[in-house]
Amino acid sequence: MGNVKIGDRVTRKEDRRFLTGSGRYVDDLQLARVTYAHFLRSPHAHARIKSIDTTKAAASPGVVAIFTGKDVAEAKVGGLICGWVVKDKHGNPHKAPAHPAIALDTVRHVGDTVAMVIAATADQARDAAEKIEVDYDVLPAQIDLATALDPKAPQVHADAPGNLCYDWELGDKAQVDAAFAKAAHVTKLDLVNNRLVPNAMEPRACAAEYDRGTGNYTLYTTSQNPHVARLVLSAFVLGIPEHKLRVVAPDVGGGFGSKIFIYPEETMCTWAAGKIGRSIKWTAERSESFMTDAHGRDHVTHAELALDKDGKILAFKVDTIANLGGYLSTFATAVPTYLYATLLAGQYTTPVIYCNVRAAFTHTTPVDAYRGAGRPEATYVVETIVSKAAREMKIDSAELRRRNYIAKDAFPYQTPVALTYDSGNYGPILDQAMKLADYAGADARKAAAKAKGKLRGVGICSYIEACGIAPSAVVGSLGAGVGLWESAQLKFNPTGNLQILTGSHSHGQSHETTFAQIVSDKLGIPLDQIEVVHGDTDKVPFGMGTYGSRSLPVGGSAIMRAADKIIAKGKKVAAHLMEASEADIVFENGAFKVTGTDKNVPLGQAVFAAYVPHNYPADLEPGMDENAFYDPSNFTYPSGTQICEVEVDPDTGNVEIVNFVAVDDFGNVVNPMVVEGQVHGGIAQGVGQALMENAAYDKATGQLLSGSYMDYTMPRADDLPSFKLGYEVTPCPHNPLGVKGCGEAGAIAAPAAVMNAVRDALSAVGAQDRIEMPATPQRVWAAINAH
Amino acid sequence: MTMSVAMTVNGKTVSGNVEARTLLVQFLRETLGMTGTHVGCDTSQCGACVVHVDGVSVKSCTILAVQADGSKVTTIEGLAESPEKLHPMQEAFRENHGLQCGFCTPGMVMSAIDLVKRHNYAVTEEIVRHGLEGNLCRCTGYHNIVKSILAGAQAMKAAGV
Repeated sequence: MGNVKIGDRVTRKEDRRFLTGSGRYVDDLQLARVTYAHFLRSPHAHARIKSIDTTKAAASPGVVAIFTGKDVAEAKVGGLICGWVVKDKHGNPHKAPAHPAIALDTVRHVGDTVAMVIAATADQARDAAEKIEVDYDVLPAQIDLATALDPKAPQVHADAPGNLCYDWELGDKAQVDAAFAKAAHVTKLDLVNNRLVPNAMEPRACAAEYDRGTGNYTLYTTSQNPHVARLVLSAFVLGIPEHKLRVVAPDVGGGFGSKIFIYPEETMCTWAAGKIGRSIKWTAERSESFMTDAHGRDHVTHAELALDKDGKILAFKVDTIANLGGYLSTFATAVPTYLYATLLAGQYTTPVIYCNVRAAFTHTTPVDAYRGAGRPEATYVVETIVSKAAREMKIDSAELRRRNYIAKDAFPYQTPVALTYDSGNYGPILDQAMKLADYAGADARKAAAKAKGKLRGVGICSYIEACGIAPSAVVGSLGAGVGLWESAQLKFNPTGNLQILTGSHSHGQSHETTFAQIVSDKLGIPLDQIEVVHGDTDKVPFGMGTYGSRSLPVGGSAIMRAADKIIAKGKKVAAHLMEASEADIVFENGAFKVTGTDKNVPLGQAVFAAYVPHNYPADLEPGMDENAFYDPSNFTYPSGTQICEVEVDPDTGNVEIVNFVAVDDFGNVVNPMVVEGQVHGGIAQGVGQALMENAAYDKATGQLLSGSYMDYTMPRADDLPSFKLGYEVTPCPHNPLGVKGCGEAGAIAAPAAVMNAVRDALSAVGAQDRIEMPATPQRVWAAINAH
Repeated sequence: MTMSVAMTVNGKTVSGNVEARTLLVQFLRETLGMTGTHVGCDTSQCGACVVHVDGVSVKSCTILAVQADGSKVTTIEGLAESPEKLHPMQEAFRENHGLQCGFCTPGMVMSAIDLVKRHNYAVTEEIVRHGLEGNLCRCTGYHNIVKSILAGAQAMKAAGV
């Protein structure tokens, strides 16, 4: 494939191996002298472990070793850490109870790790685990989030009294109260943001090796950020020197956040590989994933919106309880605070906002970032209450939004909740979405549906996202334990082909194509001469991984910086080769030229000369290999509007999506095909949350009721329509690509768009305030038939 | 109990000794080392493990290896004529961005080919969406998978496969 440009619809370089079954996912790896791990899970939500008897299991065929919490504690393996310190409203750091890799004396959720069995085959490890005898003293469990902070609730951790991790606030409460006092209209809303399981199709897996000769460890793992995994495992958990641990995340089958975090299984496999001197492999069964992959969302919220008589928003206040589950996951504390409350201005000029968040421990699986992380939760609150206000004030829902949009010329725009939006142009996005959705014809379609006994509804969601998570100084001031820049290295071979080493990680996002596309455009190199290398700490200098739609805005920008350095170096080489002044050299169409002449040196020739530096001047360094670390000056702020139209069957409660439109502003687009795919996938996850997905627990026993695909409803092909997409482009003003990020938009906006449509449909029978996500047929039917 | 099993996989005769409980997908992945067929769940819901047994799509986690004794099995590795020449359905997925992380893809492609053949190449969006009920994808929202299969059906018909 030849040279390609930024903006071209380029088919993917990575597809051939995936389409022919040649991908290398962790479970595909065949390691020498391998053993298999199986983890015994707690069947109880809350229990004291009185004793564990492993005698029979140890005698089971093929068993190599069994480890319990006691072994881990004796070996001084550190607990799993939370990497973001949130300070509460009094300035105190959040409560951080211990999270041992294997429970020592208490289990705190169904699926908590109780023992690790290592055997010659996976089946033997599973068989042996069944023979471990654990004597539990079952204790009362706190499952319900709404009552988790009650003083009488069962306690999850002794060192987090009242199950409170932190009580945190943002904004000026006095100013908000004063504004509410002057309001012509106040809309009140109680809302549940349902708990979800991320469900990447590839289950989590790891394989660990220990080399006795060198003392080096290698961990192959399904990770979105292998360098951070290495840093955390070495510095905080296992005490392996960082240079003695190599972490490889090869092909990874989706992540959606759930593979950002450090989990007990990869920790234990790495440690135990050293202990037994053999390789260990573990692959989660899906039912295990349901119990142990960090879940997403799970808020209960009360919100109030103050408006003047014309529908202009005056103030907004939000009170949220966020579920953290039984332990703190790696970034759990940041999600309901800095990734949530800071987005509550949405696209609107709301002058004052106050948000209070109380984060609660419960006896459930830990909760952490899931596609969008905090931003879908914020958008759902903002966009639900705006639609409710429009309904109450009898102002068209689109019109009320338009009256409150931040104007195009108001950017950079400082919101009252910390962020400064870099750019945006919201009106034309709404216009395009309304046109694509035939918003004007909605009333006629509602009437036609009514005539055949159906309820139609239209829902709008205008979202804003803060993505490209960075810059380091800002995230550091907010409590992040890491800097959030990205690295890139461009490594030429003497014959002119090129490797891009990136610290971001692709698990479906098409980096191997889009990153190569950027460099093909910038340096004029054919696409098939470029290879993207990622996911291996022994190859890539360093990286912060992929989440929060940061790969292109931060990782792509680092690549641009490295390419600039290549051009600068190439100019020196070309100046030498053409006996010209470096100041007279320009780089155009893949060649270095002497300004005003026809003398030129193609890049490939300069590269070869850099590696074969005969007659090189003494002050010119051989080689063509450049490294860049890019730390942006701000987040990026993609925005957009989705419009969803549904038809509800009042007899069955079934909700059918009959039309779905998304118009987004992602700034410049590198590959429209890839961007569309990202939007489609995000919408599907958002629709899933709105209509069918729910991680449900039995509130009395803490059993996970939706613990497999038999009970957790994943969106299937016939649950979804084909989507209509549109774009507006306001380039990001502060990164060299002008890009904003597109990975989460669909999932951020869709829940509110769908639910606003459902509520609009149900408003015809007065049932609009009786429905929560997921709007399953049973719930919709019950809402319609409640009296 | 160990049992011997023999079958034709992608045109080659293979055999091995397996435990009676060994699933076909385990035999393919672990005994034969053919890891293109994936395991995404433990309840036969996701379809990442779909292969063809005697020309019909089957979830290879739902049958034992010994049940496939004597059968002709085709996996994703056996579809392309050569590394350069993909099966028309594989090519359609590539052209239409019908995959992202690629994990569900082998099962999707295998299901799609059988679906198209069962409908004698005359598939519609509705048929495809309904026919994919046994396959889960978390990345694409199905939009481009549906598009790929509709295009793949045309291409298969034109190529006579």
